[in-house]
Amino acid sequence: MTMKMTRIIIAAAAVLGLSGIAWASTAGQRAPEHHHWHNAGPFGTFDREAVQRGLQIYQEVCASCHSLDLIHFRNLGEAGGPFENGEHPNANDNPIVMQIAAGYMIEDGPDDAGDMFERPGVPSDAFPSPFANPQQARGSNGGALPPDLSLIVKARSHGPDYVRSLLLGYGEEVPHDVHPAPGQHYNPYFPGGLLAMAPPLSEGLITYADGSEPSMEQMAEDIVTFLTWASDPHMEARKQMGVMVLLYLFIFAILVYIAYRQIWANVKH
Amino acid sequence: MSGPSTYEPKTGFTRWMDARLPIIRLGYDSFVDFPTPRNLNYWWTFGGILAIFLVIQIISGIVLAMHYVPHESMAFESLERIRRDVKFGWLIQSMHANGASFFFVAVYIHMFRGLYYGSYKAPREVLWILGVVIYLLMMATGFMGYVLPWGQMSYWGAMVITNLIGALPFIGDAIREWLWGGFSVGQATLSRFFSLHYLLPFVIAAVVALHLWALHVPGNGNPVGIEVKTKKDTLPFHPYYTVKDGFAIIVYLIIFAAFVFFLPNALGHADNFIPANPLSTPSHIVPEWYYLPFYAILRAITFDIGPIDAKLGGVIAMFGAILILFVLPWLDTSKVRSMRFRPVTRVFFILFVLACLGLGWCGANNPDDLVFPMGHNAEGVATGLKFVWFAQFLTFYYFAYFLIVLPVMGIIEKPLDRPVSIEAAVLGSAKA
Repeated sequence: MTMKMTRIIIAAAAVLGLSGIAWASTAGQRAPEHHHWHNAGPFGTFDREAVQRGLQIYQEVCASCHSLDLIHFRNLGEAGGPFENGEHPNANDNPIVMQIAAGYMIEDGPDDAGDMFERPGVPSDAFPSPFANPQQARGSNGGALPPDLSLIVKARSHGPDYVRSLLLGYGEEVPHDVHPAPGQHYNPYFPGGLLAMAPPLSEGLITYADGSEPSMEQMAEDIVTFLTWASDPHMEARKQMGVMVLLYLFIFAILVYIAYRQIWANVKH
Repeated sequence: MSGPSTYEPKTGFTRWMDARLPIIRLGYDSFVDFPTPRNLNYWWTFGGILAIFLVIQIISGIVLAMHYVPHESMAFESLERIRRDVKFGWLIQSMHANGASFFFVAVYIHMFRGLYYGSYKAPREVLWILGVVIYLLMMATGFMGYVLPWGQMSYWGAMVITNLIGALPFIGDAIREWLWGGFSVGQATLSRFFSLHYLLPFVIAAVVALHLWALHVPGNGNPVGIEVKTKKDTLPFHPYYTVKDGFAIIVYLIIFAAFVFFLPNALGHADNFIPANPLSTPSHIVPEWYYLPFYAILRAITFDIGPIDAKLGGVIAMFGAILILFVLPWLDTSKVRSMRFRPVTRVFFILFVLACLGLGWCGANNPDDLVFPMGHNAEGVATGLKFVWFAQFLTFYYFAYFLIVLPVMGIIEKPLDRPVSIEAAVLGSAKA
């Protein structure tokens, strides 16, 4: 991986026993606002329309600076993906996926003459990075490196809530002890409060393909849902199998317990 | 084996085999007819649970190794490929990562069980020592396994732990370089950690075999701590304990499955989803949760002790906290095994468990943060009990339990009356 993080480290309090992870903020960082997600909980599934809208936001807004290295176009049409289609179990044949892929020019090669060339994308291609290398990315962003977004939700403590809070957290008055340098923006949810990313969302920024109202709240929810899917594309299969495994183990446990009671019935212990 | 073998080969093949390699007899004597105290409670089921988890870790690990690439620029991506593109890779990876945590939960319960019921006392000292060897091997295996995903915590955790070696006087730097295979954690380190991470589980399996051998000579201890005297004290392992252990294993697997399928990353650290970057140090480096108590002990030594500086002192204290377990059978002077009959020491034991959990809590937190805020000082900065002070107090208690409480209490404590036999304890008949 070529991507490098600059100063973006969240201090996540580690785990004591099995008690889970608590939010431990670094100095001056506000805990993210809790939001209810469609995909939360043991039966939560991805809201397909939200993932599709989130993809549109990624393509039209985020992708100008942020790469999505781990996502291939085919992923969009695979089981659990936003354009999953029972008629095309092989995502490479999915017409929507093919159309999205064909909208990108991908560098390929070398050809027989030894030259690199560009061709329209196919479903097996990954989303192309907006920059050729990290140096170019830094050079175009005032020295700050926009992180790859494939895993951003997993790579932050309370990831979905954090990314949503960050996207909606601009615009507050800068506290007197915080001094933004030129090109820095104040956001209380970011460690240290100052980051190079300008507010990426604004009311009515994009025109949704499905006609939804492009409010700040809606766009933040959609892009986070898309990124949550991108970080964990097998979430639905995982939960579905989990329900069956737990059911199986519960029944197994009951049967073994009955056997245990019967075998030990006449034994003092 | 404990007592003469009762195995009788019944078929032509088993008679033929028994005269050549009596392995069926060994299995029968060890896991079918093995005389087991009839009063074992559920704390005794964790041995079986641990055996299952060793198998889960080895099998899932072998599959992961088929897809993992131990290269510093490919390891992180290869793990993501396992999660995303390998069939059921997300399942195998989640089982292996969470399996490590559940392995350690079970081993800690198993060890506390041994401490409470005096399982380390004669004639089971070698059994206990082999257990501590297994625990040390597990720590090494777990540590090297955590480095392999090559995320930020992998890299920086490896950096912190290997740097500890550098605290050794004179030879520290040379040993550290030798471990790294260079002048920093890098490709050579990753390659050798992968190799050793694959090797050590099989060493563990071999020591587990010795551990079982050492168990099956004196036989199981039991909650009252009275040795088996007659056949009435015991039950054959099968079916009585296969079914009891089996039930416990399934209940444990239910909790395990809840994590594997619904909280796959809850026990990990978000920073490990950021690829390793030698140029960017995380603000707060923490090891995996199962090392946290020892990490707290390491950081609790903030003062020089004579010629030993604080860093070396911390390293000595941390390793000492584990190595002291090797001599535990000779530190505890009491002839009474079970804490059930040691009313005062039992309180000290409960405090010891709380101290270990408290040390884990300290290990997870910044030493300079406050446990209990108590007002503000003149500059308006919050003051109170710092985690490092709390950790120092708990570290003192940790060592005092082994070096003061157990040696002294064995001499001055008056134990309660104990039953004459396991059978008497079970039937509740007259006590001696």
